[in-house]
Amino acid sequence: MAEALEKPRTLPYVSAINEAVREVLKEYDNSFVVGEDVAGAGGVYGYYHGLLDEFGPERMYDTPISEEGIIGLGVGAAATGCRPIVDLMFMDFMGECMDEIANQLAKMRYMFGGRATLPVTMLTMGGAGASLAAQHSQSLEAWICHLPGLKVVMPTTPYDAKGLIISAARDDNPVIVCLNKMSLAIQGEVPEGSYSIPLGEANVVRQGSNFTIVALGRMLHEALKAAEQLKEFGIDAEVIDPRTLQPFDTATVVKSVRKTHRLLIVHEAVRFGGFGGEIAAQIQEEAFDYLDAPVGRVGAPFSPVPFSPALEAIYVPSADSIVAEARKLLGL
Amino acid sequence: MSKQISDEVLLDIHRRMVRIRIFEETAGKLAEDGKIPGALHLYVGEEAVACGVMVHLSNKDWITSTHRGHGHLIAKGGEFDRMFAELFGRSTGYCKGKGGSMHVSNLDLGMLGANGIVGGGPPIAVGAGFSNKFRKTKNVSISFFGDGASNEGAFHEAANMAALYKLPVIFVCENNGYGEYTPQAKHQAIVDVADRASGYGMPGVIVDGMDAVAVYEAAGEAIERARNGEGPTLLECKTYRYYDHVGVRGMGMTYRTDEEVEYWKGRDPIDMMEARLAEQGILSAKDAAAVHEEVTKQVQAGVEFAESSPMPTPESLLEDVYA
Repeated sequence: MAEALEKPRTLPYVSAINEAVREVLKEYDNSFVVGEDVAGAGGVYGYYHGLLDEFGPERMYDTPISEEGIIGLGVGAAATGCRPIVDLMFMDFMGECMDEIANQLAKMRYMFGGRATLPVTMLTMGGAGASLAAQHSQSLEAWICHLPGLKVVMPTTPYDAKGLIISAARDDNPVIVCLNKMSLAIQGEVPEGSYSIPLGEANVVRQGSNFTIVALGRMLHEALKAAEQLKEFGIDAEVIDPRTLQPFDTATVVKSVRKTHRLLIVHEAVRFGGFGGEIAAQIQEEAFDYLDAPVGRVGAPFSPVPFSPALEAIYVPSADSIVAEARKLLGL
Repeated sequence: MSKQISDEVLLDIHRRMVRIRIFEETAGKLAEDGKIPGALHLYVGEEAVACGVMVHLSNKDWITSTHRGHGHLIAKGGEFDRMFAELFGRSTGYCKGKGGSMHVSNLDLGMLGANGIVGGGPPIAVGAGFSNKFRKTKNVSISFFGDGASNEGAFHEAANMAALYKLPVIFVCENNGYGEYTPQAKHQAIVDVADRASGYGMPGVIVDGMDAVAVYEAAGEAIERARNGEGPTLLECKTYRYYDHVGVRGMGMTYRTDEEVEYWKGRDPIDMMEARLAEQGILSAKDAAAVHEEVTKQVQAGVEFAESSPMPTPESLLEDVYA
């Protein structure tokens, strides 16, 4: 597939998602989108807008509000020769379809001795910050990173959103794309045409010399702001966006830690049992001798996501809380 | 009979049922002898359902199965050697020993796996039916499930979607009267699972699941409807499992009476079929015995293949997690 990396435009994240799905539908005749309100309404966040008109009702399917049915449809269609894009409106709704995700989608290939191929791309929306309260705001990536058989990506920028969704669709494994609702309006350069970002490759977004921050999803933007604030304390932070969580690019983080000797992991998910714990464990296994400080973690406190803006603002990690944790870690 | 069924088809159904019966009886003994690890859910008693449906299908028609799945795979053309090898956990099994009884499958035969999750199959069958329609084939997709699974939300979602999209899916309910160990009267307030069909906007049909010819005829109509683009059917087959939910023990159970088991054994699907075939002069008792004998030899050969097959290598543990 020729990569047509031309004419980057500045586009919001939401439009990058839209362009990615369009490119996938153009690239694969056996691909279709199935989910709640994806066709007629163009998706509740609008990222399927225009695709029904362009590709017609044979490629864009509105479904009943039946998450288990939707993911199961994706499993059955993929195992029998299609390349479906299934939309799970909110990541929180994984509770409605976890059997299909965990016991069917993730495991069918292995259970069948490698004789089934499941090229399913699942787009789903996570993240707090919109006062959608406890059941529409979670970051549950740890649930799915724990399941062998799945790949998990978490695009942060418009460029990554388009490239990672295309890569997810081209991959012959089930890939869950964890989108972020508070990032929809974030602007960034996006090339026209089709391009891919290799799954499993982290992106060193900011070079630094004496402190590494690994930031998942939307926390990248907060980490970059924090890195600027940390300069006044003599901290020159390197900021890494893993982009793919499963498989995780441990090597890039190890390389960075060997240089900076310090690591702080930031994610929006609840800190306890979050994916940051896995990263911390891997780094202490692989780079223990290089660490000059304990590995730090910033995440949400151990409570459901609150509704009130006053509470949600202190619940979700921010540049300020990242700076505070970094200073604590370094005794500054 | 609504129309004449050829001798060839009747004999085919009979042979498939015998193949299931002898495979399962043998598997049960091997499990009791400790040669087959894990849980075994035997299909003995329910053979008419799988075989009455499956003779209509080609390898391009898909089925999803249940935890009680050996019979479905055998009826779909599964070979004894590869199946026993899978049950024995050998590398020559259909799933390289990674699935076992509850996940035995063969996509080349159109069999999308036994499934350890009650209600796991219907949504996948809907996906396969969707795929058939999307790819503009005339193939159908069959979801086998039990009365127990009819209480799962997954079944409800799948049935609704199949009817909504008019998919070529047939929901074949093997109502054996028990959800695991709980009798139907204690797990749902209805007697006929087929009653639920009208709630989804599809026909609901009840047949005697011990009568393979009745199943064959009803399944034929449902499959024809599906192939003609007229949408799904819920076909409820009243049947019975002779053995326990899991394992071999059949009599002296606390949750069902021996009299009940005897009643159903008196309506044995293979006995009834053989009586019919003898009466019609298609298969004599002697010829029927020859079929049993031939299948028994094939089963023994399958067991020998499995027992002489290698265990999976340690290196294979991490293979097949990803494509």
